[in-house]
Amino acid sequence: MTTKRIIPCLDVKNGRVVKGVNFQGLNDVSSPVELAKYYSDNGADELVFYDITASFEERKLFSDILCEVASTIFIPLTVGGGINTVEDFDRVLKCGADKVSVNSGAIKNPSLVYEAAKLYGDQCVVLSVDVKRVDGIFRVFAKGGRENTGIEAIEWIKKCVSNGAGEIVVNSIDTDGVKKGFDLEMLDAVCNAVSVPVIASGGAGNKQHFVDLFKTLPKVDAGLAASIFHFGEVEINDLKQELKSNRICTRI
Amino acid sequence: MIAIIDYGVGNLFSLKSSLACVGADAIVTNDAETIKSAEKIILPGVGAFKDASDKLFSSGLADVVISEANNGKPLLGICLGMQMLFEKSYEYGESKGLGLLKGEIKPLSDVIDKNLKIPHIGWNSLKFHGEKSPLFKYINENDYVYFVHSFFASGCDDSLIATAEYSADITAAVGKNNIFGCQFHPEKSGNVGLNILRAFCEKGGI
Repeated sequence: MTTKRIIPCLDVKNGRVVKGVNFQGLNDVSSPVELAKYYSDNGADELVFYDITASFEERKLFSDILCEVASTIFIPLTVGGGINTVEDFDRVLKCGADKVSVNSGAIKNPSLVYEAAKLYGDQCVVLSVDVKRVDGIFRVFAKGGRENTGIEAIEWIKKCVSNGAGEIVVNSIDTDGVKKGFDLEMLDAVCNAVSVPVIASGGAGNKQHFVDLFKTLPKVDAGLAASIFHFGEVEINDLKQELKSNRICTRI
Repeated sequence: MIAIIDYGVGNLFSLKSSLACVGADAIVTNDAETIKSAEKIILPGVGAFKDASDKLFSSGLADVVISEANNGKPLLGICLGMQMLFEKSYEYGESKGLGLLKGEIKPLSDVIDKNLKIPHIGWNSLKFHGEKSPLFKYINENDYVYFVHSFFASGCDDSLIATAEYSADITAAVGKNNIFGCQFHPEKSGNVGLNILRAFCEKGGI
């Protein structure tokens, strides 16, 4: 059977990984190439890179770095951040990305998912969605979670899947950064609505949270996190051993 | 020199990089003479079978690959490139493949449990079939590789060298004489994948 995937997420700005990192044996803890290699050598099943810059020059730098990462490590790479057009897909795919994650770009341009899926295949298009409860209803937020679009999240996700999104990253704003566990209620609602792989994001604080995630919601395919991996609070190989002892299948 | 055939389907960046990583001298090409002068050939591919088949045949590259393979030159098909080695596919109607191996390409939905997701995407382990293939010289049974596919090779018992369990045993790799294929992506399968490429590429090996 396919294994549950563990995915570290790296935010890149001005060619450097943002958020402090503290790993022994790494000379340059904010080098995207070194960190990617570290994760790849230490159990990560996939990597996500978010380009959190805005200017054209910085975007060019990001592309160069992506090329360097993709020619050094050989596990699936997903790239997101600033993906607004099919040309943006083309740019990062040519640098070695395997999948491209769209978020605000899909909200601004509702045909983006469909056009990209037609050109590059469903497996290439990842819908990333920031979701928050407003008066008990799941709403899609844009601009890094700052702006309520008013769109109902489950309907939005279903629509994007029917347009060709091949995977969904569900980031719960309600649990993000709180480190009290993934948003199981929200993830359950998404899993019941679509049949494509669902990646849980937001809220992981320790190994047990991943065990709870996969035990409670066997339909969830992967868990994504950033700071707990970057700060060394959770080592991916330890996490996988913990999952294994709970009879959850991972690539070890 | 190893020729990676560029017939306009899919992104060859990672494949080229991974071959460089195992020390192979590889060139991405659509030139018949270059392919003929190469020691080995890799046929990649991502996307839909019919589109890829049309491109391979209309460009004349299909004939070059078939004649080189029939002359004994080692050939490795990857993902859709593996599927292309077979006689035909039923993806969006019937279309023909290179016919180098016996078998045909069918939808996974024919054989797997209805509650499983399609595409079969993610890491799955290899179960060897028959005698250990030279392609697996540097890897072990149960090693994990990365899959992304919705169709699979069926009726290929005479070339089957590995399967992956996805409620049913799915063709993961094939090999017969000088012709090999991987349904998974060795260029995305970490060290295990690199070791498969190394076994294919090394001189005096395959």
